[in-house]
Amino acid sequence: MNLLLIAAGAAVGAPLRYLTDKHLVHRLLVGTTTGTPFPWGTLTVNVLGSFLLGLMTGTTNHPMTLLLGVGFCGAFTTYSTFAAETTALATTGHPTKAALNVVLNLAAGLSAAILGATIS
Amino acid sequence: MAPSSALERAGRVAPPLAAVLAVIALGGVVGSLARYGLAEAFPHSAGSFPGATFGTNVLGCFLIGVLLARLTPLSHPLLRPFLGTGILGGFTTFSTFAVDTDRLLPDHVVVALLYFFGTVLTALVATLLGELTAKGVRR
Repeated sequence: MNLLLIAAGAAVGAPLRYLTDKHLVHRLLVGTTTGTPFPWGTLTVNVLGSFLLGLMTGTTNHPMTLLLGVGFCGAFTTYSTFAAETTALATTGHPTKAALNVVLNLAAGLSAAILGATIS
Repeated sequence: MAPSSALERAGRVAPPLAAVLAVIALGGVVGSLARYGLAEAFPHSAGSFPGATFGTNVLGCFLIGVLLARLTPLSHPLLRPFLGTGILGGFTTFSTFAVDTDRLLPDHVVVALLYFFGTVLTALVATLLGELTAKGVRR
């Protein structure tokens, strides 16, 4: 049962991350960026997911934690894409963008988690 | 007209969105269950270093470095969505990383900062190491 709840959350969270990145954030940015694009999509999912998981602080409903926390938030957010996009920027002559990506993800992600936990 | 890219020469067309989403969902489930399994196998008590999430994120970053170094324009178009966006995206997590840091901050600030900055530094080095390893093996 635990595994089914996690699987259900992840089966929604992972594709929604892709759609948010490729089909929402990129579309919003069309025509607004020149040169190397900044990975706003991954930043968006990481901040939203951290906020949602922060909101679940104190939740004692175990099935809800597995479905939304472990499954959905875990799969909606990503560390590997964040790291890969950062090293790609750093190794293709965009060290400032790479550093900015790290600072924004860490600062906004942690702030979102704290905000969520505070208002929960 | 001559084919302009390796992709076209290989006769590849972009897969339908439904197929991309399906393999990402499948990979996300596999990666998330693996992450949960590791978290259950290596539980951490309140106030201690979240070792399972740290290890998961660092390993996932090493593997995405390997994957991206090995993918070519001739790779199957669903390979990156399945392995990268799906499995490794579902395996690694940013939300647990952020929330665990927040929980540690009030009473265990040193552990929190060590975890927060230690994860990002190790993860970035692991990604580069993965790329270098994969390129080294290929040569």
